[in-house]
Amino acid sequence: MQNLLWSIPALPLTGFLLLVFFGRKLTKSGIAFIGAGSVCLAAVLALIIGFSFLADPPASGRFAQMLWTWFEVGRFAPAVSFYLDPLSLVFVFVITFIGALIHIYSIEFMKPDGDYARFFASMNLFVTSMLILVLADNLLLLYLGWEGVGLCSYLLIGFWYESPANGYAARKAFIITRIGDTAMAIGLFILFYEFGTLNIQEILTNIPLVWVEGMTIATIVALLLLAGGVGKSAQLPLQTWLPDAMAGPSPVSALIHAATMVTAGVYLIARMHTVFGFSPMAQSVVAVIGAATLFIAGFSALAQHDIKRVLAYSTISQIGYMFLALGVGAWASAIFHFMTHAFFKALLFLAAGAIIEALHHEHSMLKMGGLKNRLPVIFWTFLIGSASLAALPLISAGFYSKDQILWYSWASVKGNGLLCGVALAGAFITALYTTRMMLLTFWGEAKTEISHYPGKLMTVPLIVLAVFALLAGFAELPHNWAHLALFSDLVNRVLPETILQDQLVSEWVFQLVTVLITLLGVFTGYLMYYKPRNAVLNFKDSWLNRFWFSGWGFDKLYDLLLVRPIVHVARINKNDITDWIYRGIAVLNVKLYRVFSLTQSGSLRWYAMGLLIGSIVILTIQLMI
Amino acid sequence: MILVWFIVILLVGGLLALLAGLVNRNLCRWIALATVLANFVLVVAFWISNPTGGSTINNFDTNSWITAYRSDWIPPFGISFHLALDGLSLLLLMLTFFLGAVSVLCSWEEIKERIGFYYFNLLWILAGITGVFVAMDLFLFYFFWELMLIPMYFLIGIWGSGNRVYAAIKFFIFTQASGLLMLLAILGLYFVHGQNTGNYTFGYFALLGTDLSANVALWLMLGFMIAFAVKLPVFPFHTWLPDAHGEAPTAGSLILAGLLLKTGAYGMMRFAVPLFPEAAASIAEWAMLLGVIGIIYGAIQAYSQTDLKRLVAYTSVSHMGFVILGVFAFNELAVQGVVMQLLTHGISTGALFLIAGMLKERLHTRDLDQMGGLWGQMPAMGGVTVLFAMASLGLPGLGNFIAEFLILMGSFDVNVWITVAGTLGLIFSAIYSLRIVQKIFLEQPARERAQTRDLSIREGIALAVLSLSVAWLGVYPQAVIDAAKPMVDQFTSVFASADDRDRIPSETVSELKIHPLKK
Repeated sequence: MQNLLWSIPALPLTGFLLLVFFGRKLTKSGIAFIGAGSVCLAAVLALIIGFSFLADPPASGRFAQMLWTWFEVGRFAPAVSFYLDPLSLVFVFVITFIGALIHIYSIEFMKPDGDYARFFASMNLFVTSMLILVLADNLLLLYLGWEGVGLCSYLLIGFWYESPANGYAARKAFIITRIGDTAMAIGLFILFYEFGTLNIQEILTNIPLVWVEGMTIATIVALLLLAGGVGKSAQLPLQTWLPDAMAGPSPVSALIHAATMVTAGVYLIARMHTVFGFSPMAQSVVAVIGAATLFIAGFSALAQHDIKRVLAYSTISQIGYMFLALGVGAWASAIFHFMTHAFFKALLFLAAGAIIEALHHEHSMLKMGGLKNRLPVIFWTFLIGSASLAALPLISAGFYSKDQILWYSWASVKGNGLLCGVALAGAFITALYTTRMMLLTFWGEAKTEISHYPGKLMTVPLIVLAVFALLAGFAELPHNWAHLALFSDLVNRVLPETILQDQLVSEWVFQLVTVLITLLGVFTGYLMYYKPRNAVLNFKDSWLNRFWFSGWGFDKLYDLLLVRPIVHVARINKNDITDWIYRGIAVLNVKLYRVFSLTQSGSLRWYAMGLLIGSIVILTIQLMI
Repeated sequence: MILVWFIVILLVGGLLALLAGLVNRNLCRWIALATVLANFVLVVAFWISNPTGGSTINNFDTNSWITAYRSDWIPPFGISFHLALDGLSLLLLMLTFFLGAVSVLCSWEEIKERIGFYYFNLLWILAGITGVFVAMDLFLFYFFWELMLIPMYFLIGIWGSGNRVYAAIKFFIFTQASGLLMLLAILGLYFVHGQNTGNYTFGYFALLGTDLSANVALWLMLGFMIAFAVKLPVFPFHTWLPDAHGEAPTAGSLILAGLLLKTGAYGMMRFAVPLFPEAAASIAEWAMLLGVIGIIYGAIQAYSQTDLKRLVAYTSVSHMGFVILGVFAFNELAVQGVVMQLLTHGISTGALFLIAGMLKERLHTRDLDQMGGLWGQMPAMGGVTVLFAMASLGLPGLGNFIAEFLILMGSFDVNVWITVAGTLGLIFSAIYSLRIVQKIFLEQPARERAQTRDLSIREGIALAVLSLSVAWLGVYPQAVIDAAKPMVDQFTSVFASADDRDRIPSETVSELKIHPLKK
């Protein structure tokens, strides 16, 4: 079965091609059949291949499939070749499985839209690119997937193209992530000249032979790769595109901007973990970026009105936790949190989409309220997703993955009190804004009439995701509880184990503290937003709230420092200053011609005079010499 | 002999089209199309029988030549009619006839006046370009260089739009003035070589390796370089290009961007560098720097334009910056990237000019501010435009990516900082490319307009063929790389010493299982 690996990305690619060429001739159900069917088939195939990979692992623990040599110039010969190991398996599973659920949901969600085929074509292309990204066995092919998902993200954010704001958001997303991609490309150049190849496994095995730990070149490469990851995963300082990316349809936000594409940075760093292992400096930068991002984005989530923007900032914040985990060397925990986050955040986005559609496309939570009894399925699934996001203890998947990260941010040799403190503060804020979101949306009085109730194609994926958002955490229990570590046993076949500090307080005490902090966050949220008090209402208009609301002013800063100067230069130089040189030459020639043509007056006296003066000058010169 | 045929077919086809134009308008369109297609079929058949720029003849010091033709022309002055073809020439000839066919197709409806004379000019430009790509006698090369210039002047000046006479004269003066510098340099080389050896000849192979003092070599090389730099164009010699591209008819822009610019790159790779390798090496850093300035300056200028054709013209300035960056990196990766860039830029920019022409036909404007919201009416054209905008910004999976990636990777080995600056071009290209799509197809229409039709079958075929080619070059370009390889090896062998800057000590190489081609 593993030989069919190539067809996992090939299936959605086929769907994409069919929809591009025949989309306009197909009926809506035909489009849905191809669009969602191809991804569902890929998911089934991924499950089968995954089981056969786990049940009957290849001797080397990995499976590689070479399709063709992309091109060969000198010793640079990247191949179109796939590579399956536990790490890519986890990603393939999440991409195809959640992707399939979101495609099914979209069948109903996008039905009223005229551009049904364009939507599914772009979604299928996205799934293809994302699968190529995680299955690529060399960095150039990974880069192809990397840029491909960027293209699809652009196409889908700007899906409703009539509005200029959507187009702006789409271009912003593409260009900002491209800044990171460009840095990453430079990283690839260096890696090629260091190791003579871009094949990931060859690079990873050769690093210890060529590099020494702490070398500057290792740090440079690690930071360049990190820049790529930071752009794609919307981490500081390139995080500003993600909140605006919510202009796309909700299934897009769920699939691309929550579950899969934005975690590409996490994948890249985990995949290239040896590079970061050789540069402790760069790895601590990863941790610091993660901690700072989770903190900043958490506060911004607290200030938003638009339910999707709350979720967007929360995504930035949760990926911050994954980066923090990567930075402290808790590799498996980062991937575990990626997986649980994919479930509960996709769930939250899909449920939010259903709410928005039910309420005449109303995005503002301030105009929602009272949905608890009116949309019960949405309520219960959203509640489960929120519980997981807030990491409510014991019952939610988010608890099990986040607990590990919090623990390692302190207990790992690369962790420290500061990182852990920020992470705990972030946990408090997460619980707080999640509670706020729940209360504003579902409790209180109803402010908008329901115009439309979601059907089965939308609710069933929600229920399935909710089940996973509850149960996925049990793949891995905290090790002081019981030895159940299915997940880390799996991914630790390719990722290093986390090394702990020697002298630590008991993990039990630590867990108690984190649980209390989470519950405190929920309780504070209840106090603040269940029956809003004056202090809370006043705070809403304060400058601090506006500052958080604007995402800490990053947009303004970049606008002032980068966008405006470039646009200004471009505008004033529209007619190209270099052309003035040539125009100057032309003008000079015309002037000279005017002067000389004056001498051709047609008057005999002037010519005679000219002859005379000329002869005198020549004679004088001859006499003088 | 086949090389002579390529040129003769085009010249005769041009004359026939001119005569046919007096009788029947359709006849001369078909004659033009048949002429170019005949050449295209010939060159493809020739390629299939000689796939890897191989060694079928060994008349010269190297075996990178596939075929040649030679006869005396003006023996007293050492001028011969000498044509030869290697992998680079072969690829560029394919591009010439391919884009030639596309340009005949896209003129089908657009040109309504003096059709016979129009196709005569079109085919004679192609003949001139063909000659430039195969001439191995410097005098003959100069002859073809001029041959492609004059019909182009007519094409812009007669069938152009708006400010066409200004644009045509500007084009003519820029190319002519720089061409004269090249003529001086050719004559200089001729006399120096004659005095040294007593053999007065314009033959390329004889002149290779002429013994020159560094100073003389530098000046002669600059004579060649300026002519090629104006054609390419290299910043700051690019200002003729937006005017010429902007005002030319669609086929004119297509040939200018797709082919004429390539003659500049070809000239550098065939003449300026191989004839004067040391002098070229001495200016390499400056040339690379100008390339990078062109990449970024062209991209920013492209962003600022509101005229679609001027915008695409500036993107050419940016993309050709990569070419000079790669040529002067003198290593295999970069030069292979340059060859790819010549082909893929010809295809992708050609397609963008085609689209601009189609839009002009429908909307009667090139002003981006007058467009907008066209996706609803023309989804097929919108989709193709997205594809070529993506090609232009270097999306992996399309040929342009491989070209630019190879160029940057190759030049990175030579000069890190210049290359890093050039890599910024990837960001700027995204900015202007997305603006093209946005301004034309997205948002609301800028003004009320009648229903516009989507692609016609003729337009669809032209764009589909271009799309398939750019995708093929992005997914499996090995045939092109193999064809160019002998020439690239020959080109870089002169600078081999500069290529040996590998950081891994040789003893670990075998252990690391690095590809054996590593020097």
